[in-house]
Amino acid sequence: MAKSILLVGVGGQGTILASKILTLGLMEAGYDVKMSEIHGMSQRGGSVSSQIRYGETVSSPVIEKGTADIIVAFEISEALRYLDYLKKGGKLVINNQKIDSMSVQIGAEEYPPDVLDEIKKHAEATVIDAAQMASDLGNDKATNIILLGTIIKLMGLKEIDWNAILEGNIKPQFLELNKKALKEGMDAV
Amino acid sequence: MSKLMTGNEALARGAYEAGVRFAAAYPGTPSTEILENLATYDEICAEWAPNEKVALETVIGACFAGARSIASMKHVGVNVAADPLFTWGYTGVNAGGVIISADEPGMFSSQNEQDNRNYAKSAKIAMFEPADSQECIDMLKEAYEVSEKFDTPVMMRLTTRVCHSKSIVNLSERNDVPLKEWDKNPRKYVTLPANARVLRVKVEERLDALKEYTETTPFNRAEYNDTKIGFITSGACYYFAKEAYGVKASYLKLGFTNPLPANLIKEFCSKVDIVYIVEENDPYIEEFVRALDIECHGKDIFPKWGEMTPDVIYASIEKTNSNEIIDFDKSKVIGRAPTFCAGCPHRGFFYKLGKKKNIMISGDIGCYTLAAGGPYNAMDTTICMGAAFSIGHGAQRVFNMGDTGKRVVSVLGDSTFFHTGINSLTNTLYNGSNTINVILDNRITGMTGHQQNPGSGFNAKLEPTEMIDIETVVRALGFKHVFVIDPNILEEVEETLNKCLAIENEPSVIITRWPCVLKKLSDADLNEFENIFQEKSIVDEDKCIGCKVCLKTGCPALIFNKETKKTKINRSQCVGCSVCRQVCPVKAISKED
Repeated sequence: MAKSILLVGVGGQGTILASKILTLGLMEAGYDVKMSEIHGMSQRGGSVSSQIRYGETVSSPVIEKGTADIIVAFEISEALRYLDYLKKGGKLVINNQKIDSMSVQIGAEEYPPDVLDEIKKHAEATVIDAAQMASDLGNDKATNIILLGTIIKLMGLKEIDWNAILEGNIKPQFLELNKKALKEGMDAV
Repeated sequence: MSKLMTGNEALARGAYEAGVRFAAAYPGTPSTEILENLATYDEICAEWAPNEKVALETVIGACFAGARSIASMKHVGVNVAADPLFTWGYTGVNAGGVIISADEPGMFSSQNEQDNRNYAKSAKIAMFEPADSQECIDMLKEAYEVSEKFDTPVMMRLTTRVCHSKSIVNLSERNDVPLKEWDKNPRKYVTLPANARVLRVKVEERLDALKEYTETTPFNRAEYNDTKIGFITSGACYYFAKEAYGVKASYLKLGFTNPLPANLIKEFCSKVDIVYIVEENDPYIEEFVRALDIECHGKDIFPKWGEMTPDVIYASIEKTNSNEIIDFDKSKVIGRAPTFCAGCPHRGFFYKLGKKKNIMISGDIGCYTLAAGGPYNAMDTTICMGAAFSIGHGAQRVFNMGDTGKRVVSVLGDSTFFHTGINSLTNTLYNGSNTINVILDNRITGMTGHQQNPGSGFNAKLEPTEMIDIETVVRALGFKHVFVIDPNILEEVEETLNKCLAIENEPSVIITRWPCVLKKLSDADLNEFENIFQEKSIVDEDKCIGCKVCLKTGCPALIFNKETKKTKINRSQCVGCSVCRQVCPVKAISKED
């Protein structure tokens, strides 16, 4: 059976790079891989998702509701938006970060204070402060790689040589930072 | 060598391997990356055309002159290119010619859900429908063989999920197909009625020959498993059905879909108990199958709109969901609609325009269509690329028949102006309505992700080229009232709008000129726009009275703190456009030192 990984967040948070590295690693490991992204408009700040499926053979590139083995949400409200994609018993990792949308900013609606509570009513969630961890490492842009680390650990993909994949896809000056970030993510779950 | 590629990357690769030498396109989701990738091959001359009609016509010329050529566009782009397409169907090709149509079931970034397979049928040309990236390469290479063997243009019909999904492909060497000789042959290439009547007959002969090809091509094949259920599918729907039913069903996978294979379909249907036709958008295959007098299910049970993903297929057939789905309180999910970026030059203009009374705002397709939403509420119509000025003209004519004094302000972007807006502007002047026509020149094609256009100074390969100046063009047409303004300066926007509204009997043009905040700035931009994006704005919290007026500019860099009742500016997003500074009633926002 193919496995399904769903990455969700807000445009600009780095979901696309994280999913690119993930798919390259899976391909190197010999899996059939399909990935689907819905990105139309290029403005910053919209809701974004990357869907990755892998296994011996993969048919559909699309993850349906109720079928994701793991959802990694880069933002709390985005975790709730996509919660119905989670398979029963699937894993859920949430970056403990709230990003107000335009409708919240202009006061058209409130960011509900109890989004995490609503999520926890329905699923077991691991909440980590990836943004803070990245800041502690020296660059909050590494948040995405920390979150990638959680996927690698929870999906049992540690055997793949991820450092080699990072080397091929990250600028040399950020390489050490991202290697550390990946490890921190793996250790965090 | 194997690689992960999107369908769009794979199409470019397939064109490279097929020996394509000329490519043209106009950007549009989900097709844009096809030409962007084609432009990365040195062996291919790749061009952004001002619109899809021009793109296809240049491709037709290149194919007549002897080079394998390709045009790509989104589904609605084929509407623009339909005129040359239908007659190209009559002349046929010299070297192979392909048109790619990227359709959008589900309308992720489109204004309609039209099914362009109908175009291939109407234009009587061959058509392929790839299901994944490998097929994008394989079918495109075969498309050139079909095009040259049967003397036909070929349409490749893709959907968003094929364009934007990555899957593994195997790469091959380029087949360096030599240029073909161009022979003068007016009876083939000049479609005077006398010639066209002869060509018309040949088109039918060609379709008859293709009817044999469609029965034997390996791209149309049956896969027999359990035969209680049989799916007839094309494109991505093959994988969707297979995901839902696996070996519990048999599949007729159609990759070549105009003309459709009647005998293959009859044979498949005779071997399975129930036939389901899974296709996105129109019942294109279904109508053909029903005409063969075969009992089947299609749009009688499947939705007539949207994507036919595995869950949709399963639920339509089994009348129950395939997966257990968490039911949570949806009211706790905040809306996160796309919005103008911090520093977007459209912000200042629409902030002011939205406040004008007794006007109709005729809009167009681009980032600025987002002005239809809050907090601007500054767009009343959007139909298609380049339509703003002409729809505005028609509306103004009718408003002028009454006595409400209602005026029309029409807005479109720089790329949209060159697309077809320029034709509409010509009409406005020629027929003389008093519309206010605004060209939002942000120096690039924004929404599709920064493609060059005739006004940007660079071509698709990012080589410098002539920069066509919009003001010069507009003045040359003969407009008397032309204003070029900085849209970030609200007073200038307000004064100019008022000036134009005061011109009662003649049309006017406003060009707002400031680059998209995400644009990679050229030397020309840096020369023209002083200190661009170099400043930051800052809130003096002692002065801020928490009135939230600044939030009405809709800038995502502004953060209102509910506890302190003060606004803060996200420094990493702010580029100092100064719109918030100008609207603050107590001057609490200033330029950071």
